[in-house]
Amino acid sequence: MTWHSYDTWVVVTGALCAASCALLGSFLVLRKMSMMGDAISHSVLPGLAAAFLLTGERTSLAMFLGAVVVGILTALLTQWVQSYGRVDRGASMGVVFTTLFAVGLIMIVQAADRVDLDPGCVLYGAIELVPIDTIQFVGFTVPRAAATLAIVLLINIAVVGFFYKELKITSFDPALATTLGINASMMHYLLMTLVAVTTVASFEAIGSILVIAMLIVPAACALLLTDRLGVMILLAVAVGVACSAIGHASAIAVPPALGLGDLSASTSGMMAVTAGTIFAVAILLAPRHGLLAKWLSLWLLRLRVVREDVMGLLYRLEEIEHRRPITLDVREMTTHLERSTLLMRIALMHLTRKGYIQRPVNAVALTEAGRRRAVSIVRSHRLWESYLHEQASLPADHVHGPAERLEHITDPQLREALAEAVPARDFDPHGRPVPEAPEKIGNGDEEPGRSM
Amino acid sequence: MSEQDKKQKTENRKRKVFRRWIPRQRLVNVLVMVFVLCASFATSAFAVSIPTIDHAANSNFDDILNILFLRDYNTRLVVGSTAILGAAGGMVGSFLLLRKRALISDVLSHAMLPGIGAAFILAVTFGANGKSLPFLLLGALVSGLLGVGCVLFIRAFTRLKDDAALGIVLSVFFGLGIVLLGFAQRMPEGSAAGLQSFIYGKSASIIQSDLLLIGAVALAVVIATLLFFKELTLLCFDEQFAGAIGWRPVLMDVVLMALVAVVTVVGLQSVGLILVIALLIIPATAARFWTDRLRIMIIGATVIGALSGWLGSSISALKPNLPAGAVIVVVCAGFFIVSLLFGPARGAIPRVWLQVRTNSRIARQHVLRAMYEIIESQGDGSVALDPSQLQRTDVGFDELLPERSWSQGHLLRKLRSAIQDGMLTRAGDSRYRLTAQGAIEAIRVVRNHRLWEVFLITHADIAPSHVDRDADMIEHVLGNELVQRLEKRLGEDRDALHVPQSPHRIGGALT
Repeated sequence: MTWHSYDTWVVVTGALCAASCALLGSFLVLRKMSMMGDAISHSVLPGLAAAFLLTGERTSLAMFLGAVVVGILTALLTQWVQSYGRVDRGASMGVVFTTLFAVGLIMIVQAADRVDLDPGCVLYGAIELVPIDTIQFVGFTVPRAAATLAIVLLINIAVVGFFYKELKITSFDPALATTLGINASMMHYLLMTLVAVTTVASFEAIGSILVIAMLIVPAACALLLTDRLGVMILLAVAVGVACSAIGHASAIAVPPALGLGDLSASTSGMMAVTAGTIFAVAILLAPRHGLLAKWLSLWLLRLRVVREDVMGLLYRLEEIEHRRPITLDVREMTTHLERSTLLMRIALMHLTRKGYIQRPVNAVALTEAGRRRAVSIVRSHRLWESYLHEQASLPADHVHGPAERLEHITDPQLREALAEAVPARDFDPHGRPVPEAPEKIGNGDEEPGRSM
Repeated sequence: MSEQDKKQKTENRKRKVFRRWIPRQRLVNVLVMVFVLCASFATSAFAVSIPTIDHAANSNFDDILNILFLRDYNTRLVVGSTAILGAAGGMVGSFLLLRKRALISDVLSHAMLPGIGAAFILAVTFGANGKSLPFLLLGALVSGLLGVGCVLFIRAFTRLKDDAALGIVLSVFFGLGIVLLGFAQRMPEGSAAGLQSFIYGKSASIIQSDLLLIGAVALAVVIATLLFFKELTLLCFDEQFAGAIGWRPVLMDVVLMALVAVVTVVGLQSVGLILVIALLIIPATAARFWTDRLRIMIIGATVIGALSGWLGSSISALKPNLPAGAVIVVVCAGFFIVSLLFGPARGAIPRVWLQVRTNSRIARQHVLRAMYEIIESQGDGSVALDPSQLQRTDVGFDELLPERSWSQGHLLRKLRSAIQDGMLTRAGDSRYRLTAQGAIEAIRVVRNHRLWEVFLITHADIAPSHVDRDADMIEHVLGNELVQRLEKRLGEDRDALHVPQSPHRIGGALT
């Protein structure tokens, strides 16, 4: 793999494009309008073709304007079909963009004799050819596409920066925005205009369908990683830029690695694939919303429940047999609590380390500290039973299940509030005594459940 | 027989009807299926039997006729396959639209590109013919369904919504497809040229085996749709109920997706992956404007799809420079626009027309009520007016004008149209008098208005000063049955021409 100066230009162009897309994409994703980007990017085709047929030359400005007009028209038409025809939004989008695409295709084929406009080029771009077409820009020789995209990025930054508050409010709460005197539909069309401009500026570089990858995927990654809009936008831009760099690098590196010769693969395609990969990683590893984080917190919760169940079971046994400490066989306990052996083993290890249980060979018994914790759990359990029976009028044989779940998420404040709320707080509905709060017996060192 | 027994009996009867309903539906479906089979056999037999005439047509008109009536062998193939494809697309698309999943076809078709590339690469690597169509289409089918699976996964396991899931899968799969096609073109063995035609389609080069494939697939789709008709209907309209009576909505969704995927795959070849979306969405959406009944809608969508296929590919055959796929979609869009405007069930013009008529009826009723109330205020108001009294008194324009916030022109127009319809007569210079017909209508409207007011006051605990506005809106839409129930409730069912007293002062609110 060899890196040339034009590779840097390719990456810069891609990065500019990805950054301007990601900036707008964040709002599209939050407004649940991602597919609008798809529709607009498909339907710029007739705008380009019409500008071609009218002017008869490949002047960028005419094509640019034509495509932008049709892009905005797509948004308008979708809205009209949706509201005048009472059609589902997805369907109205589908009707509008496929029709416009078909019209564009016919126009291009008609024009194909006279001008060279490859429909394939419109769909998946030719970012590799970008460095060939250069212009003089503020004294430097830069690719024309890079200059265009830099201007578009500046426009996007300026507009989003200026209307940041309005965009934010209309994205999250259009009704509130309206009551505050912000015109939500004006913001909608402003955003659509920006999307159209950005799409058209980008299509030459990365093609009209891959624009949507840059619009949506980085923003979606960012949404998985954070809950704050400002951070989200910055993250989305960063992911977009990373996609461009990694995408181009892998486009150069992958074909030789697969033994397919030295020619590089499609950079825009690789950018989309990179974005998809980053997205997959984000789904797995995002700190709060990632699958792994969710599984982990669920598993930790299960572990805590098992720990507390072990202590509760030992306490109840001591209560029945009227002697302490009582030892219980580990295997018997595992089957009784219906937990997996692995989970039980880890839970017991935790409890031993904290000094809540002793471990004679193959058996367990409560220590004094463990007993205090167990008291707290059992007290929560029985108070819940009493509360559910008396205040919520559940029959006595139906209260065990809910209490079994609630005991794990009851902190001392809630537990004592329950004790206040239950008139008969000495015995639960099954006639078992409710133990005194551990704080009153000795110093309860740790509460059983974290507060919710 | 006690009330309980009666209830039980009707309940049983209902249940029996429901039970009987299911097999009968099946029977109808099987009959329709047999019909479709016969029809398709007949059509193909007919198509084969038409003599292929010599292509020496000398006039333009002959050309058109040749193509429209399928006299040319090649055209016959193209037109036949696109029409069948359109019909299948319309049928399956109807369910997709009602399930509010129209855009999933977008994802499905874009996600098929990597499958085509991968299938080609695999085939060439193992020494097979990379361009074997069934293999490529199988690859497309697998990767398309994989894409839909990804959409469902993202929607179920992340906080992202539907639209983002669709966009992500669509664009990433398409990008992957472009990369794979790039690789395929670089494979040393086997030429990959032509793989790209899947993006735009190449209906002009359809050969007989393609027609057979499309026909067979479309037939299978039609049969499967009819077999699962009841299940799919329930899935679209009441998913929860379907789940509650023990069906698996997920399984039915899978069936629907599989049907859509199959149609998309065969459509890829002839109209291309972007335009096949149109065949799935547009005919169904267009048919929706014509009817509120599912069966008719599906038949309509099938017909629109088939017609678009037929007309579109015929038109494109007329001129050398028209891509068939795109023309088909444009024809489809033409049907859509006509439906959007004129469709009797949901079209824009019928709806606007209905609105105009309702508005004018409301305005007429306002005029009549104003007349009544003015005449009533001239007496002492203690006795209800009868039609003959109403016809004797005339009312001036100046008296009517302050009754509501209507402009002079508006009131004048309404008065004129009421005179035309025989509700009013002119009684001197800008004075008007109710006719017999008008008097009865006025009594009916005022009576409905006051019945509703009394009902609101006595049964909904609303203050007399607040009921006028509500009654003003509802008086125009009270049906006969509702009026009868109100009469019964309020003890006003003796005389249909007796108008109760107004529960509040009239005219005071506006002056």
